[in-house]
Amino acid sequence: MRFLIPIAVLVALIALFAVGLSRDPREVPSPLIGKPAPAFALPGLGGTPAAASPADWRGRTVLVNYFASWCAGCRVEHPLLMQLAQQQGVEIVGMAYKDAEADTRQWLERHGNPYRSVIVDAAGGAGLDWGVYGVPETFVVGPDGRILHKQIGPMTVEAWEQKIRPLLGGMAR
Amino acid sequence: MTPELGHFALILALVAALAQTLVPAWGLWRGNARAQAVAGSAAQAQFFLVAVSFAALTWAFVQKDFSVVYVADNSHSKLPLVYRISAVWGAHEGSLLLWGLMLTGWTLAVSLFNRRLPAELSATAMAVLGAVSSGFLLFMLLTSNPFERQFPVPLEGRDLNPLLQDPGLIIHPPMLYMGYVGFSVAFAYAIAALITGKLDAAWVRWTRPWTTAAWAFLSMGITLGSWWAYNELGWGGWWFWDPVENASFMPWLAGTALIHSLAVTEKRGLLKSWTVLLAILAFALSLLGTFLVRSGVLVSVHAFASDPARGVFILGFLTVVIGSALVLYAWRAPKLASEGELRLFSREGLLLLNNVFLVTACFGVLLGTLYPLVVDALGLGKISVGPPYFNSIFFPLIAPLFVLVAVGAVTPWKRGEFGPALRRLRAPALAALAAAVVLPSLALWLAPVTASFASKLTVAVATWLALFTLGSAGLEVWQRLVSRRRQGVALGPALRGIPLGSWGMTLAHLGLGFWMLGVAYVTGYGVERDVRLAPGARAELAGYQFIFDGVRESEGPNFTADSAGVRIERAGQPVAALAPEKRFYPSQGSVMTESGVDARLHRDLYVALGEPLDPQNPAGDWSLRLYYKPMIRFVWLGGVLMFLGGLLALSDRRYRLAARASEPLTANATRAV
Repeated sequence: MRFLIPIAVLVALIALFAVGLSRDPREVPSPLIGKPAPAFALPGLGGTPAAASPADWRGRTVLVNYFASWCAGCRVEHPLLMQLAQQQGVEIVGMAYKDAEADTRQWLERHGNPYRSVIVDAAGGAGLDWGVYGVPETFVVGPDGRILHKQIGPMTVEAWEQKIRPLLGGMAR
Repeated sequence: MTPELGHFALILALVAALAQTLVPAWGLWRGNARAQAVAGSAAQAQFFLVAVSFAALTWAFVQKDFSVVYVADNSHSKLPLVYRISAVWGAHEGSLLLWGLMLTGWTLAVSLFNRRLPAELSATAMAVLGAVSSGFLLFMLLTSNPFERQFPVPLEGRDLNPLLQDPGLIIHPPMLYMGYVGFSVAFAYAIAALITGKLDAAWVRWTRPWTTAAWAFLSMGITLGSWWAYNELGWGGWWFWDPVENASFMPWLAGTALIHSLAVTEKRGLLKSWTVLLAILAFALSLLGTFLVRSGVLVSVHAFASDPARGVFILGFLTVVIGSALVLYAWRAPKLASEGELRLFSREGLLLLNNVFLVTACFGVLLGTLYPLVVDALGLGKISVGPPYFNSIFFPLIAPLFVLVAVGAVTPWKRGEFGPALRRLRAPALAALAAAVVLPSLALWLAPVTASFASKLTVAVATWLALFTLGSAGLEVWQRLVSRRRQGVALGPALRGIPLGSWGMTLAHLGLGFWMLGVAYVTGYGVERDVRLAPGARAELAGYQFIFDGVRESEGPNFTADSAGVRIERAGQPVAALAPEKRFYPSQGSVMTESGVDARLHRDLYVALGEPLDPQNPAGDWSLRLYYKPMIRFVWLGGVLMFLGGLLALSDRRYRLAARASEPLTANATRAV
């Protein structure tokens, strides 16, 4: 009997892997949920103040969107962000992640700017502190400066309706 | 044209691999010796074809042939030649090809050296190796063809991941794969033993050096990987318990257990079915590692592209290979029952205990690695298991091994006695105790760092364990020497009379002791500090003054860098000048840290360059991370000694002689037919 144990263990493991393969490992919850948003002091772009920090949007619920001009997923979510900003009045903070300033500016001019303020995280230091795996990622930050939710990958209509909109409460029209 | 040649060679290699499996299998079934002998020629042809294929891919990289998708994705016209060559195994498709090359290389070696083995046994083993190779070649051809072309041809490549542009990465994967894949030989012979029912002295003496060779290369591969991570990732760590690291570490643990259980099977004819199971397990964990790395079921810092089709294929392959091996095991192993009794206090008993600890530690690592997957599969959410789990489960489980090394060295086979063993161990134990009191305080006096009482105690205990191991590792050689001298043999011949196997074992055990010493000091007394410095400013760490001389821009072949100057002084005397860099690779738009390290045997000083506080003003303040890492070189020295010990042990002449004599292991040699 004991000679059958190894094969039993293997069968269990294979069943596990088969399930594991059908799942997306990138859906990782951020350990930062419920914690204060990590601070940074970074330059702003365009009309944004030269030294931007999370304290700037204290008291309001905002979406913090890490994006880059080189990122294809950011083009995918861009129209939705434009819609949210223009029609729903959502405040979106853009974090230009590991991107050259000129490229970011050009990208925003060409496609439109959904961001109330754009912050330049050229070296990705803030992204590292915020636990960004890749762009795009969007954080919902509450009025007390705590991170309420994290969306990995492009923003979708379902994610907005089901997860993010309720968090914004009466903010979104 | 060359890429097509490589692709064609790969297809022919698959044909050769199938021939290597099916023809000998038919020969075994029909008792046709000529068909069995085909295995050797097929293996040689297969190696040649895979080598041609590998050379074709290398040539495409050297020639910057961006019409090949894989080359365009992993190379760049400005990439230096040495990295263009190492880029061959820089990503998925090419590293599979390297896997294949290694596997056929091992098979070739087996086919050249196996003349002295019973023909039936080697034909079976060759057929098993051919089956494994067929699976991998099929995997490559169906899901991961490295020779795929693209039109239009891009003008420029996307460049090799800058993380991989490091000297450590040129040699790390080949070494690691040598080890991983090398366990396939032990696996093939385990299967052959189950099928033929012959597990005798010749089998063990034949399997041992192959296992030791694979283990030695795996040790070196892991050591190089650790060294690379330390230099390149800029966190100053040498081991991260990352899933990919664990994937290489688990076969190492199982392989270490296998080496020891093979010793018992050779000397005493015991633990036969356990040894066979370990041989299957070591290779199963190698395949599992490949699955975990290549399928993307786990997220890791080694973010390789993942593709579900590939994952499904490897999982299927794993199921077929290991599943059939274990079914065969369940069916045939009961007949491999060993003769003779096993006492706990004897060398074989202690080696069994060693196996228990190693396999339990391996299981602990496996559990931690797979736990996130289990939780996710059960729909309980996403979690990540980190270093705290692994450290707290792994170190207590391997601590007893250090005592076992010492006790094992003074305990004879069959029956040991407590009295003499304790008497012989008294001197090393007390010397280690004295050193464990003095050494940690000395270290603190040399480089004042603040350490908690708990870490001081841990360092003292670990120092004792390490020095006890170091002190008693040589006892085996010493005892052989003393007994020879008593018989009146001169020192020179007495030294030469000690088998290389004993020297190898001693060296590997010394490596274990040095490794522990390094781990203890670097984790207990290592310190780090984040500082913000203006040019000309200084910071203090562990008695060293770090003086920041500002940052200037420099140009590399395919990157631009901010290169900092940091001088280090101690008590007014210059110690070192470091130049940590931040490199920007425009082709990938990514930034890499190149840390500055001043390495001495007893400590490293390590500086990683952070960010300028004001990006507009790179002449202003910068953030820097400073590390003081006592004795970290011992961690890698330990790995290197294990590698050398393995090489020494496998060149023991009894392996070359023994395969000739195929006498049964014990009087009642078991033949399961």
